[in-house]
Amino acid sequence: MSNFSVGFRTSGSVQVLELNGELDAHTASELEAAIQKCLDAKTVCIVVNGKNLQYISSAGLGVFMAFIEELREEEGDIKIAELQPRVFNVFDLLGFPMLFDIVESEADAVARFQTTNGDGA
Amino acid sequence: MPRSVHTLTIPSSTRYLEDVRRFIEQHATEANFPTKDVGELKIAVDEACANVIEHAYKGDQQHDIDVDVIVQPDRFTVRIRDRGESFDQSTYREPDIFDYSKSRKAGGFGVQIMRRLMDHVEYRKRGNCNECCLTKYR
Repeated sequence: MSNFSVGFRTSGSVQVLELNGELDAHTASELEAAIQKCLDAKTVCIVVNGKNLQYISSAGLGVFMAFIEELREEEGDIKIAELQPRVFNVFDLLGFPMLFDIVESEADAVARFQTTNGDGA
Repeated sequence: MPRSVHTLTIPSSTRYLEDVRRFIEQHATEANFPTKDVGELKIAVDEACANVIEHAYKGDQQHDIDVDVIVQPDRFTVRIRDRGESFDQSTYREPDIFDYSKSRKAGGFGVQIMRRLMDHVEYRKRGNCNECCLTKYR
């Protein structure tokens, strides 16, 4: 039984992925499948809500890394919000804040897409 | 505090990484390491075991990994042992995240995490056994 799950929700035209549990080399394939599902549906503006993400290892970080270029080529992005401090520290350790938009709240992350796409205030 | 040793043996499958993390958490907490250090030990050992599963045993789940915790008054050492292909440190280069994202690579950050979070990381070969020793001082 996996201790990781991904919840799907939309906020306007943005796909929100809610991560729950522990993301490691065993569960990373579930996140990979979730992002691939978004890509297959041509949903390329993705906000990852990490409020309930308890743990991440490099295998989890690698999933974000594997998709980011393709999403950006399609005019989309992954924005990451509401990470717990201990999870943010792992992103920070490898310099991920230089490559990814990591913000405090989900609302901020969604708003950044609207700013980027020029259709919001 | 006298020296104490605790051992966990897991099959070489990622499904047991959670058990390894709980094992490390239990003993590091019992040894009165701060919460931050406990978290760092958990992820470093997780990375070491994940590397053994993927690289030393190449995904073959029919092997074992031994995880020994050695608690001493001034340090917490975790020794991870396998009998698969050895890791050649001399060929390892830390990945550049910008190059990696452009090439759509997903892995390669485990050793970097271990080195940044632990005070000492050492790889040794003893006979047909590979050892990775991770140490955090108090």
